[in-house]
Formats: sequence, C-alpha cells, structure tokens
Amino acid sequence: MAKMSFENHIMTQFDDELEEIRTRLMEMGGKVEQQLQNAIRAISEADSKLAEEVIAEEQRVDDMEVDIDEACILIIARRQPAASDLRLVMMVTKAVNDLERIGDEAKKIANHAVILAEQGGTSEGYTEVRHLGQSVSSILANALDAFARFDVEAAMRTLEEDKQVDLDYKTALRELVTYMMEDPRSITRAINILWVVRSLERIGDHAKNLCEQIVFVVKGKDIRHQK
Amino acid sequence: MTKAATVAKKPKKAAGVKAKKVAVDQPLQVDEGEATVGQSFTDKAKMTMRNINVFYGDKQAIHDVSIDIAQNEVIAMIGPSGCGKSTFLRTLNRMNDTVEGCRVEGEICMDGENLYSPSLDVVELRARVGMVFQKPNPFPKSIYENVAYGPKIHGLADTRVDLDEIVENSLKKASLWEEVKERLHQPGTGLSGGQQQRLCIARAIAVSPEVILMDEPCSALDPIATAKIEELIEELSQNFTIAIVTHSMQQAARVSNRTAYFHLGKLVEVNPTEKVFTMPEHKLTEAYITGRFG
Repeated sequence: MAKMSFENHIMTQFDDELEEIRTRLMEMGGKVEQQLQNAIRAISEADSKLAEEVIAEEQRVDDMEVDIDEACILIIARRQPAASDLRLVMMVTKAVNDLERIGDEAKKIANHAVILAEQGGTSEGYTEVRHLGQSVSSILANALDAFARFDVEAAMRTLEEDKQVDLDYKTALRELVTYMMEDPRSITRAINILWVVRSLERIGDHAKNLCEQIVFVVKGKDIRHQK
Repeated sequence: MTKAATVAKKPKKAAGVKAKKVAVDQPLQVDEGEATVGQSFTDKAKMTMRNINVFYGDKQAIHDVSIDIAQNEVIAMIGPSGCGKSTFLRTLNRMNDTVEGCRVEGEICMDGENLYSPSLDVVELRARVGMVFQKPNPFPKSIYENVAYGPKIHGLADTRVDLDEIVENSLKKASLWEEVKERLHQPGTGLSGGQQQRLCIARAIAVSPEVILMDEPCSALDPIATAKIEELIEELSQNFTIAIVTHSMQQAARVSNRTAYFHLGKLVEVNPTEKVFTMPEHKLTEAYITGRFG
C-alpha cells in the first residue's frame, strides 16, 4: 500500500495545517457517527428526549462543516497545494459535505423518532430499522477508520459492504409494504418508518462516497460512477 | 471530576485517530541506473535528445538524459537548484560551447539534423533556437534596433519597409507594440523590467526561430509582468516550440503541456503537466512539487 505522509514540508506550518484538517474531519466523523447511533437508539427505544438531543446537536455538525471548509480554502489560498496534498484538501472539502449530509439524515431520523414515540403503538418495523441501522453504522465506522489510516483495501471492502445495505434496504421496503397491506391502520406509522429506512440508505451512500474519496487521495484514481 | 474526565478524554480520542508521525523513508536520491518515468518520447518530435551527458571539467552535470520535445509544445523543466535544468536547456542551442571546460556527449537533433555536427553553423542554429534569459538584457540601443538587429545580420529583410514590418510584427507577437509604438527610437533599456523582457522575446522571435528557450524568464519580474509573459507564452506556442526552465512550480503548472523533473543531473520524470501536479509518478517529483525539499 502506498504510504501517505502529509509531513516533512519545508514549511512545517503547512504540515500542521494539513494535520489540523485531518484531525478535525475525524472529529466531525466521530460526531456524526454518534448522532446516527443516538438517532437509531431513539427510534428503537422510543426515547424522544434522546431524539431532541440529536436534533439540537445537528447545528454543531453544520458549524464543523463550515469551519473545516474555511480551513481548506485558506490552505489552497496560502499554500497552493499540489499532488497528494492537493488531493487531500479536495477530499476533505468533499468529505465534510458528505458528513454534513449524514448529520442531516440523522436529524431526520430523530424527527421521525419523536413522531413515532408520540404515536405509540406496536414495534412493527423496528427490527428492520435496527438491522439496517447496524449495518449502516458499521459501514460509516469502517469508512472513517479507513480514512484515519488511509487504508485503500479497507475502503474497498467497505464499498462492497454497501451493496449489502442496498439489499437490506429493499428487504425492509418489502416488509413495510406487507405491514401496510395487512393492516391499513398501520400506514401512517409505516410511512414514518419508511422515511427512516430511506435516510439510513442515504447515509450508506454518503459513507460510500467517503471510501471513494480515500481511494482518490491515496491512489489518485477516481473510482466514482463505475459499474 | 466528571467534567475533568470528559475534558481529558476528548483530546485523547482526537490523538487516537491522528496519523502516526512517519519519518521520511524516501531516499532523496535517484537510484543508480534508474530510468526516467513517464512519457519522455513523442511521435511528433521537433527535437530529440538521446543519452545526453554534460561535464564541466571532471564534474558531471547531466547524467544520461533522453527526451523528445514535440512540435509546438511548451515543456517546462523544474527541479531544485543545481539539478542541471539550465545546463540541459543550454545544450539545445549550444550555449554551453562558450563555457570553458564544458563537454557534451550524446545526440541532439532538430528535425533529424544533429546540432553538434561540425559542419553546423552555430550562429544560424541560435537564430533557429532562440533564447530568453532570466535577466532582461536588451542591447544598449533603441527599441527598434533591438528587434531589427537579428533580422539585419541574418539578412531577413531586403528593404527598410520589410524591416519595419518584421519589427512591428515581432513587437505585436510579444504584446509590446501598443506600449512602445510611439517611442520606437528611444533606448530599450528605458523600459520597465517586464517590458524589457517582452522586448527580449520580440528580439528572439524577430529572426523567426522554430524553438524558443526560456531560462527563468519571469524570476526578475513582478506578478503583473509575469502574468503578461505567461499569457504571451500561451500565444507563442501556437507558432513556436517552447522549452522553459522555471523555479516557480505554479508557473510550470500554468503554462506548460509537459513537465520534466530534474534531480541531481538526472531526468526523473516527464509527464503531461496535469498529471505531474495532481498525481506524479515518482516519489521525488511528489516530494519536490509538494514543497518537501528543494
């Protein structure tokens, strides 16, 4: 594997700046990971207080996105990065966008958690949410881990895992349709869960983008939109 | 207590995800016998250089460099000081002949003709392969005379009208005409640095060269004058083949089609410029353009 080092510039300040955006991206990743887990827990435990926390914390994620983007723009303006440094800075600006969107989806899930908790009722559909939630959380964690180590193989493995998420997503949709057909009174509730499932699937896609960006940083190869 | 624990935990988590400090494990030397990586050769070569070695006395400045320069391309040579890029550029119009103790081995051809053949007229060669230097060096003559000098000694103009036309065209091609047309007979040395450099370019193109060599043409100029020269390089590449040595990597990235990276007298990598600056093939090129040594 190509060894990535963002150090040893003649200007050591440049090393620090690159290290800084990496660290802050990891912090942001940790934050959205936690937001996602809390949102899923809020649903399955019908915990609206936890859901409200997730909604409130979303602002933090937004702020992180703006801050990191600003730092990237400054690096480009000051240092005119080239080659791997340039790829890293470009990757980070894209990755913060994906992470922010993951934060958005987590917030949407939390919104639905509040509604579902208010409605009460059966726990039909929760198994699907939990199941899909677990695989999506694990994909996100693996993607962030691959980024921390610039591990292309891990990123490629995670890309493969996302295919399973898409399958789980389709299965969940089918289950929800079955519930609705069996008992039309469950439709409102099932639709809410459907939105949650949809958000989870989107988060999987954003995590997938992260993995593609890791390959771009390390290998300089753009593997997006490849069938 | 709880608060202190949280505070202590947070940086620890951040430190956990931080990349470990990796020591430089790349040797800052080209391995013995290592071949140039990338695309050194082309089908539409204007100049071909094969196995070039250049010595200053006992010291070898260029080691076994082979490369083609394509018709109408702008090729940039970059590398740390003393890497041989200027020496290499000077072999292309035999400027090294004037340096005491300098010896050039290998084959350099333009359109298939060997430039180091004893029968070749060096003065004529330097008209075909013009050169622009780091410091603007106009002759202590008028602007007009600076440009007209070359065509006169090479007998390119039969009449005064022809000569006027060459001067006007050359100054226009060098984007200087509008600024000097009212004062053609004032001394060239009275122009600003950037204008003087464009005058030198006009002087070089007045003799209708095929190739223009530029040795750090902007390093003595301010950013605006630099931008004008860079704009000019882009225009000139329509009609001329240009080889430029530059210390500014951004300049190489902006103006050239291909970039050649020299290191300690060896040609390490030649590739399309967009590749060199986004994903260089050789680790030394990467280290140099990202500012890790130089």
